[in-house]
Formats: sequence, structure tokens, C-alpha cells
Amino acid sequence: MRKSNIVLLILLAVVAALPLVGGPYALRLGTIACMYAILALSWNVVGGFAGYPSFATAAFFGFGAYTTGVLLGKGLPLWLGVVISAVAALLVTAALGAALLRLRGHYFAIASLSLVEVLRELVNNATDLTGGGMGLNIPLVSGFGVLAEAMFFFYAMWILLLLTALMVMAVAGSKLGFGLACIRQNETASSMVGLNTTLYKSIAFGLSACFVSAAGGVYAAWVHYIDPSDVFDILYSVKPIVMALMGGLGSPLGVACGAFLYLGLEEVVWRNYIQFHTGVLGLIIVLLLLFLPHGLISLRPANLWRRVKHV
Amino acid sequence: MSEILRLENVSRHFSGLQALRDVTLAVNGGEVLGLIGPNGAGKTTLVNTICGVTPANSGKVSFDGKDITRIKTYQAARLGLSRTFQIVQPFAEFTALDNVAAAALFSQPGQSLNTAREQAMAHLVYVGLELQANQSAATLTLAMRKRLELAKALAMKPKLLFLDEVNAGLNSAEVERATKLIHELAAGGITIVMIEHLMKVVLNVCTRIAVLHNGALIADGAPREVIENPAVVEAYLGQQYTKRNAGRG
Amino acid sequence: MHAAQILVNAVVLGCLYACIAIGFSLVWGVLNVINLIHGSFIVLGAYLAFGLYNALHISPWYSVAVAAPLFFVLGYLLQRLLLNRVITAPVLVTLTLTFGLDLILNNAMIYFFKADYRKLMLTPSLGSVSIFDVVVPVDRLIATVSALALTGVLYLLLRRSRVGRAIVAVRLDRDAAVLMGVDVKSIYAIAFGLGAALAGCAGVLMALIFPISPLTSSGYLGKAFVVCVLGGLGSVSGALAGGLLLALVEGIGSTFFGPAHATTLSFILLIIFLILRPQGLLGRKGFE
Ligand SMILES: Nc1ncnc2c1ncn2[C@@H]1O[C@H](COP(=O)(O)OP(=O)(O)OP(=O)(O)O)[C@@H](O)[C@H]1O
Ligand SMILES: [Mg+2]
Repeated sequence: MRKSNIVLLILLAVVAALPLVGGPYALRLGTIACMYAILALSWNVVGGFAGYPSFATAAFFGFGAYTTGVLLGKGLPLWLGVVISAVAALLVTAALGAALLRLRGHYFAIASLSLVEVLRELVNNATDLTGGGMGLNIPLVSGFGVLAEAMFFFYAMWILLLLTALMVMAVAGSKLGFGLACIRQNETASSMVGLNTTLYKSIAFGLSACFVSAAGGVYAAWVHYIDPSDVFDILYSVKPIVMALMGGLGSPLGVACGAFLYLGLEEVVWRNYIQFHTGVLGLIIVLLLLFLPHGLISLRPANLWRRVKHV
Repeated sequence: MSEILRLENVSRHFSGLQALRDVTLAVNGGEVLGLIGPNGAGKTTLVNTICGVTPANSGKVSFDGKDITRIKTYQAARLGLSRTFQIVQPFAEFTALDNVAAAALFSQPGQSLNTAREQAMAHLVYVGLELQANQSAATLTLAMRKRLELAKALAMKPKLLFLDEVNAGLNSAEVERATKLIHELAAGGITIVMIEHLMKVVLNVCTRIAVLHNGALIADGAPREVIENPAVVEAYLGQQYTKRNAGRG
Repeated sequence: MHAAQILVNAVVLGCLYACIAIGFSLVWGVLNVINLIHGSFIVLGAYLAFGLYNALHISPWYSVAVAAPLFFVLGYLLQRLLLNRVITAPVLVTLTLTFGLDLILNNAMIYFFKADYRKLMLTPSLGSVSIFDVVVPVDRLIATVSALALTGVLYLLLRRSRVGRAIVAVRLDRDAAVLMGVDVKSIYAIAFGLGAALAGCAGVLMALIFPISPLTSSGYLGKAFVVCVLGGLGSVSGALAGGLLLALVEGIGSTFFGPAHATTLSFILLIIFLILRPQGLLGRKGFE
């Protein structure tokens, strides 16, 4: 196994030990950290490996949140609701991918962005099932206390993150990952050597959706109440991209670190500049893209040294 | 010799521009067919049409007895049709080895990445790129990239190989080396269709020549016959040349 | 509602949609950048009209003359100082960058103007005209005519002026334009400035009709997306065709399925168009 993958697994093990040292606040942050990492790692499959600029993450997230929310309302247990959400997202997205991934560049970006809009509007209008703009109340999962509940959702999210990380590593080291790398570099040449690009891209799109959808499901159960403008927030599409760019595209370890780092920044901004938090977030994005386009990896001592010598 | 590829009345246009007109052509197993014609004659388009990149608007293409007119590119590759690109198309971030491994991996279903890499090394040795195996494709010289294209095409275990101007941009030593390779391949039993502007190379390796002009096939036959055909001389070298020759004669 | 009224409403709204989208389309076509700040520029233009009317009693149709140069300079500088640094980067980067800029601008607007909806109330109100039994409010009519006039001005500018021809040349073939001696960098900045100016002016006109709030920016942006894709990227006539088609679909859609489904319908249409006819109704011919 690659060294960076081992480091990533160790990092995840460290995160799992969080409840030993932190209270409810740390657990809340830890849960969000896991969720962000799931989003970023998943996005990386289609955005980093295959090089398709997908802005559809919010669509997958909202889809999972509502599917699980509705199923919980019908009395299904949480785990079943999450599994159904994940599988449904995988299948639906893979099928959609076959059509959408024929588009490239800006057109694909716009189409994926529109997917978010379409789903949000559909949920908004399907009032009977989803409660529409009024939102959906989700029954409490169980009767345990505050801390126990925080612990439960932290580990639920952590397990999803572990699964996502394993999936991404497996993809990276497999024929699928190799094929996606070919597609990213030169799609025409890829199909010319016998690579079924449509199939590969669809699988990648499906995989990038399924764990995000599951995370949306856990999120819905965790916060007990969701509404379309919350779970279909376009920020859920953009944040994973920023995280992946922060960590340096492609490497799972980098992307996961990017997610944790991003959450740290976001938390600081939230606490200090509540009125300006989106503005500061925007500023971070702008500065990052202008000055560190290759992510924080370019800040490694070796690279810095090279830069100094360059000057 | 049995027929391996057959085109019947194949036409292809690009919004108004007729790139191929009613091309009917057969390629026999084991031969080296030279496809020549002036710039923009439609040679590359013909290869693209056979490989499913720009499918024919009308007409029929069959390969090994199967109708492949509407085939997808990747399926064509798996049937044993392979080609080099006129403008080289490497996977720039990959090493030379992985470039060839990709070809070996995806052209044969059920192949594993490790065996593909092993096979790839053999092909790199064959085209003389073994020293560059771990170098990224972006850093190779043009001549090396052309040979990389060839290694990729060979890694696909082709029955029919299209070589699209493999010699363009190479110096004479490099051309000689490439020509030798093509001879070896032909001797090894691969059917080859080569698009080539260098007449010396064409006459040296081809057993038959077909000429495209403005998308139409204007001649097809034994090399000497074809290049002495006045229509070909005129299309290929321009009217001036014909007149000058006439004046001399 | 009867057919004639639906049709007239669609034409009125369609011209406004075209006006919303035209600057977005110009920037996308010429710079190959999807400019996500576009929606917030429109809202900012609306606030400008609102402020000028309430403070100085300047009517919105005059405010256009104020908005155009202001927004042009804003856009020009933004492109020169920021966007230009990443102009050759992949889609992902330019798109995310304009998203970040949009977050900043939108947050600033929420801070200064608050998120509540305001309405520019003309006093005295202009009433409405009716021909047979088709009724059109006069303020809408004025907005529509002004929107058409703006599109016309852009069309003439691109067609007749030197700068306009240079913009078109860059759009059609950047490298050839460079060879012909066009300064691509400054053309990019001018095109982006024009895009911003058009957004600002569109915002001024929208203030006549729609409630104003920073929260409406994503709605405008969405319309611009749809219009561009439906009509075909990068031409004035394409934007008009796209705007009319969108308004017509929304009008008919909301008559049959209820107004709530109009937006859904338009985005589904967008995806269908992207897949089946990415060049849009009028093809991707480029700017006149
Ligand atoms: N994908 C395409 N879209 C539009 N036009 C095309 C396309 N491919 C080829 N053409 C046009 O078809 C004609 C034939 O081109 P083609 O590349 O087949 O010529 P060629 O014989 O290979 O020439 P050369 O010797 O220069 O390689 C040219 O006019 C070219 O511009
Ligand atoms: Mg050619």
C-alpha cells in the first residue's frame, strides 16, 4: 500500500479517538469534520481522478438527507434508511452520468450545478412527501442523552468516512483509477486504446454520489430538521472543491487534510466574524486560488526552497 | 490473401465540408497499404471513420466480416483496430511505461494492471524506449513520442494497424529507424495501412497504394503504376509539376 | 388566462430575461469564464436605482446612464486585477474564484442593505395599458423597451465599433486575433467590463418590477444560465431567442402545472438542451 494511504488511515484512527478527550462541542466539530472529508474525498473521485468539474455534490447530499428523512418518518431504522439512500444515489447518479458526462468543461459544470437546482425545486414542490419549503421534521432516533447521542452520530459519520476513504484508496489503486487518470489526461486517446469511457465515468460519478448521499442521511437524522435551502445549499458543492484544492487535487491524504483544515478555518471565521462569515469564506477562496493554486502541498519546505532559489 | 477490411461507398461530411466522398476500398490481410494524398485530402478522416471517432454519414464499413459502421471507438480498439495519431496524443502525466500499459490494459478485457505493465515493457524495448520507461511522456522528444505512439498501438495486439504520418517531423536517421520497424512489423504478419507523405518511404515499404484527393479515391493499385498515373501526379504534386514534366518530355 | 395574454407576458418577460443574460453570455463567450458574480451585479444595480430614486428622485430609466460607466469600471478593474491572473486555468478554478468573489459581494450587500425585500415604488404609479383584453403595466413596458434598447446598443457596439470587432475576433479565434495585433488582455478586461455594465443596467431595470434583496441574486444567475444554454452561447440574437423561449416555457408551464413548477421546468429544459443541443437554438456562431 502507498505510504500516504497508511498515513491517512492513521489520521482517521486519531480522529476516532476524539471522544476520549473532547466534550459535546468537540464531538460536534468532529462529526462535521468527518462529513466534510466524506464530501471532499467523494468529489475527488470525479473531480480529481477523472478531471470533471462537478458541482453536483449538494444534489447528492440533499438527495440523501431527504431520502433518509422520509424513510425515517415511515418508521425505518436509521441504518436501513442510510443504506437505501446510498444505493439509490449510486444507481440514479450512474445512470444520469451516462448522459451528463458526455458534456465537457463549462457545459458539464453548468449541468451539474443545475442538478442541484432541479432537485431542490422538486423537493420544494413535493409538499406532501417532503413538507416543501416548510422543511421536514425527522423523528428522534432514540431516547439516549445528549452526550450519548453526540457520540453515536460522531461514530456513524466516522464509519462512513472510513468507508469512503477505503473506497477512494481502492479506486486509486485499481484499473478503474488508472482508467480515470487516462480520461483526465486525454479522453480521445483513452477510448482509442479500448477504454469504455462512458462506463468508467458513470461508475466514478456514481461512487462520488453514494457516500455523500449516505452522509446526508446521517446528517438529517443528526439535526432532526432539514429544509431544501439548507441541504441543497450550493455551498455543499463548492466547499468540497475548495477543500480538495487546498489539499492539492488527487491525493486522498491531501484532500482529507484539506477538509480538516478548511473546517478549522471555517470555525474560526464563524466564531469571530459571524456577520461576515460568507464574505470571509469568499476571501479565503479568492486568496487560495490566486496565491496557492496547487494547494498547501506547494508550501512544503522542499518546494519553498525551490521557489526561493528560483527568485 | 483474404480481405480484412472493406469500405463501401463511405461518405462523411463536416457541416458542409465533404471530407470523404463515396470511398470504396478493400484491405487484404498481410499487406502494407500506403494511403497518400495532398493535405486535407481526408486521409486522417478515413482512419477516424473506420475507428468510430467520426462515424460515416453513409456507406458501410466491415472488418473481419463484421459490420462496424456504427461501432464505438473503444469497441473498434478491442476488435484489433489500432492506430497512431498524426498529432501525438500521449497521456502526458504518465510515464512512458504506463502509457503503453494503458493500451495493453484496456484493449484486452480481463487484463490486470501488473501483466499490462510487463507486456508494456516488452513493447518499449521493441521500439527502443526502454531507457525512457520511467520518464514522463511530456518530457520525451517528438521522435520518442512517435515511437511511444507505435508502442501503444502495438500493445493493443492489432490485427490492422493504421500509421498516421509516423515519420512527419523526424530527421533522416530517425526515419530510417522507423522504416526498419515497419518492415519488421509487416514481416511479423500485421496488416498495415500507412499514411505517409515521404514518397521514398512509401515506395520502400508499401505493397499497394491508394490515393485520396478531395475526399475521393482517385487511384488504387501497385506502387509504380499509381505514382505514374497522371491524375495522381496532378493531384499530388499540383499542375505546375505536370506541365514542367510535359515540357521536358 | 387566455393565450394572447400569456404570449404578451412571455414577450415582455423574455426581453427582460435576454437583458439579464446578455452580459453573462458575452463574458462566457469571450473570456471563456462562467461569471458567478453576475447575479450579484444585477442586484447591486437594482440597489443603485433604488437609492438614486429614493434619495435624489432620479427615475430608473435615467439611472441606467449612471450605472453603465460605474459598473464598467468595476468590472474592468476586477478582471485586470484578479481574474486575469487565472484566466488560463481550468474551469474549476475560474468558476470557484468567481464564486468566492460572489460570496464577498453578496455578504457585503447583506451587511449594508440587510436581507429584507424592498420595492421601488414609483410615485405616482404609472398604471397600465390595455389593448382589447390584454393588460400590461406601464412600468413593465418601459423596462422591456429599455431592455431591448440595451441589447440593441450592445449589438451595434459589437457590429460597428473597432473595439466591438476586436471583441468578436477574440471570441471567434483568440490566436488569430493575437496575430492580427489585437491586445487580448485589454479586450478581456473591456468585455468583462461590458458584461458588468450590462448586469448593472439590467439590475436598474429589474428594480422597476421586482422586489430587491441580495437573496434574489442566485435567481437572476439561474435565469442567465438557462437563457445562455437555450439560445446558444455568445450572441445577442441567441440571448433574445433564449430569453423568449424561457419566458414562454415558464408561462405555459405555470398555466398547466402551477407557478411553483416554472423554475423546475426551466432547469429540466436546460439539462435536456445541454445534452441534446449544446449549441443552443441558434447555434454557436459567435457574436454577430
Ligand atoms: N472533426 C472535424 N471537424 C471539422 N472538420 C474536419 C474534422 N476533421 C477533419 N476535418 C476537415 O476535413 C478535411 C480533411 O481533413 P483530414 O485531416 O482528414 O486531412 P488529411 O488528408 O489527413 O490531411 P493532412 O495531410 O494535413 O493530415 C479537412 O478540410 C479538415 O479541416
Ligand atoms: Mg491527416
